[in-house]
Amino acid sequence: MRVYLAVLACGLRRYSTYRAATAAGVLTNSVFGLINAMVMLAVFHARPHIGGFDAADAVTQVFVAQAMIGPAATFGPPLDLGDRIREGDVAVDLLRPAHLTAWWLAHDLGRAAFAFAFRSLPTFLVGALVFPLVLPHDPVRWAAVLAAVVLATLVGFGLRYLYSLAGFWVLDTRGINAAAWILGPICAGMLLPLVLFPTPVADVMRALPWSALVQVPADILLGKTHLPGGTAGALAYQALWAAALLAIGAALTARATRRVVVHGG
Amino acid sequence: MADADPAPRALTAYPRLAWTWCTAMAQYPASLAMFAIASFAAATAELGAIFVVFAHAGRIAGFGIREALLFYGLSAIAFTITDFLLGSVERLGNHIRRGTFDTMLVRPVSPLVQLATDEFSPRRLGKVVPGAIALAYALGHAGIHWTPARIATVPVLVCSAMVICGSIWVIGACVQFFVTEAGEVANSVTYGGQALAEYPLAIYGRDVVRAVTFVVPLAFVSWQPGLYLLGRPDPLGLPAVLRYAPPVVAAVLFALAALVWRVGLRRYRSTGS
Repeated sequence: MRVYLAVLACGLRRYSTYRAATAAGVLTNSVFGLINAMVMLAVFHARPHIGGFDAADAVTQVFVAQAMIGPAATFGPPLDLGDRIREGDVAVDLLRPAHLTAWWLAHDLGRAAFAFAFRSLPTFLVGALVFPLVLPHDPVRWAAVLAAVVLATLVGFGLRYLYSLAGFWVLDTRGINAAAWILGPICAGMLLPLVLFPTPVADVMRALPWSALVQVPADILLGKTHLPGGTAGALAYQALWAAALLAIGAALTARATRRVVVHGG
Repeated sequence: MADADPAPRALTAYPRLAWTWCTAMAQYPASLAMFAIASFAAATAELGAIFVVFAHAGRIAGFGIREALLFYGLSAIAFTITDFLLGSVERLGNHIRRGTFDTMLVRPVSPLVQLATDEFSPRRLGKVVPGAIALAYALGHAGIHWTPARIATVPVLVCSAMVICGSIWVIGACVQFFVTEAGEVANSVTYGGQALAEYPLAIYGRDVVRAVTFVVPLAFVSWQPGLYLLGRPDPLGLPAVLRYAPPVVAAVLFALAALVWRVGLRRYRSTGS
């Protein structure tokens, strides 16, 4: 366990080095948040209620989406693991007396923790200062939101881990990554809140793992979950996806390591 | 013998370097195809968002979907073509960090051309397609009252918009001469600018429109050209003469981008050891 904590700390320290990049990230996320929020305000000005959402709900979701870009890595970056598989450095990772999945998870959680504190919170704060966001008064709700962010981070890692693992089977994973990085954000609710899509499309998107990255945390914050069991049900849904993706990742790792061939002289 | 006229040389170097990268990318045809499809899908998704938004709202700020497609098309075509031609400049910071920018400086080709063609990929053309289709459709169906003057103006407006976008792209990249890791700042005006200019700017209200008219002149990419083509008065009451300004704004911004690039290049002192 100690080794994973050390890896987590390394991940945290690594990303905390890039202060200017973090500030630039907050600026960009905030600008996109402002643009998307103004589009949402214009839509809801024309039609005040869409699928149970009002303007404040939609604007709040816009900033949840921007805030989740950091911890859940909805727009990337992909794990370094992908490059390491292509270049063969993964052999070094496999020699370590640590589980490959757990090693990279620890590293990514370090990155996510830093991103949450220094990217998500400032971005969301900008949104709250400019627009009247829906901010619950109930501390239990905030605890649920925090849990949802953690679970979204795990789901985000699970997905990116699978994208990287594809490298064991396909030599060039950039195509797979490109497709995943486009479909993912749309299904997550980054492009538009899912309630704006036609109901059958929205239902399919909700059933896919990406919805656990943005839409489900936003629903929990807004108290508008579509799942049975309300907030608890929504958290369970995220936990289920996280567990499933990590289990698949671990199983595929075991298969992949049996077929890895390290080239070299 | 020193080359007396560097401009034509840059013009021949650009396609040559771009072609080299194309043949390199063609070594992975499956990846290239998937990338192109992915870029196309991403741009189509953005266009889809506009349809979804207008399907719910009907008209926004006095504009319907057909007029909105005109603004989208003008913005998308300008941004995606400049992204295709010189989007790679945004990786300046990476090159500085890795020392590969020094390599570019010692080669006898403009470093800007080398930077713009670095990892040049035809896949980015995928992004251009939805914008081109939307623009072609909107030019026919947005209710434009075509006069010879308007027909003649379309290419001028599109070229001006591309020069404006390209200049913004270069200026944004030059930020990395000063703060190497702050590459993402540029995204807020390049990709962010595209996202903003895809909608009729009136929906953002007076303050935002003033900012993108007089500070970061994104209004001259799609908003003012669109108003001109539609023959609509400015709903926010800015002077009507602004709609004739895109070529002037493009020229000024081009000069500014050239200046900022030169200043940045002069200030560049390599990464050291």
